[in-house]
Amino acid sequence: MSGGRFRVFSSGKVIVLLREVRNILDAEVLVGEEKLDMNVKTAFGADLMSDVLAYAVSGCLLLTGLTNAQVIRTADVLDIAAIILVRGKKPAPETLRAAVEKGIPLLSTKYILFETAGRLYQNGIVGCVEKVDEPRVSL
Amino acid sequence: MNPVSASEPWLYRQSFTVHGGNFDDAGLVSGRIKSILKAKGLANETIRRVALITYESEINMVSYAHQGKIDMILFPTHVAIEATDEGPGIAHLRLAMQKGWSTANDRIRELGFGAGMGLNNIRNFSDIFHISSQMGVGTRLRMIIQIPSGGPMDQQRGQHES
Repeated sequence: MSGGRFRVFSSGKVIVLLREVRNILDAEVLVGEEKLDMNVKTAFGADLMSDVLAYAVSGCLLLTGLTNAQVIRTADVLDIAAIILVRGKKPAPETLRAAVEKGIPLLSTKYILFETAGRLYQNGIVGCVEKVDEPRVSL
Repeated sequence: MNPVSASEPWLYRQSFTVHGGNFDDAGLVSGRIKSILKAKGLANETIRRVALITYESEINMVSYAHQGKIDMILFPTHVAIEATDEGPGIAHLRLAMQKGWSTANDRIRELGFGAGMGLNNIRNFSDIFHISSQMGVGTRLRMIIQIPSGGPMDQQRGQHES
């Protein structure tokens, strides 16, 4: 790939394709191979769905180590763009079924949550919020 | 009767049953409500708020109640969600509304819930929020989410203004 993995537009915004996220994280695509050309700009990481519901923003990536079907339902409620399972976690069969049914891409990476977040940040993806209860200033 | 809808005719209403302890089904009601409101042409942001409130209510019901009922009523200017359960009730409402306060067991926490954020989230994402609870009887949540003007509901809005 020439000139780095992400493009910075004149507005300062960074757009990364889900396909590039897959490459950055050396991830396996479990659901949503046909949606790898979607754009992503932001992410949220947590194993607590309660916190995801409180703070995640629609259109962001969800990084999590939780693998039950509630992850998909939580993502669906919030219109999350795609889910990255970290620490090499593999989803339960009903989780896979729910992801297919809701049309939400599901990827699995062996990187730990910290490395996953760090690698994505290094490539221009930022948190969907910076600090809780404060509006994001730099997006 | 909730304060906003008292004088307004509803456009659509549906009732859903939730069974306590049935974690596999938690999220089905919010999923169906989401599809209904999408078909009605509501804005994504409004749908997301309704879905989130319903989902948190469902999680609470499967986590704590014996059984419950969620009513969704669509009005020209707002969506009303009423979540009524038969269950143990909440002993300390003021505490239950605090971030981080929870009585969740391990099963609930395994699923990623029980962090004591649910009722707080419901309140934050509602325009009007009301909770009442009776020990040994159950808990009732009533929420109103306003529909911003400029959407497909405007036509119905106008019809009722005469």
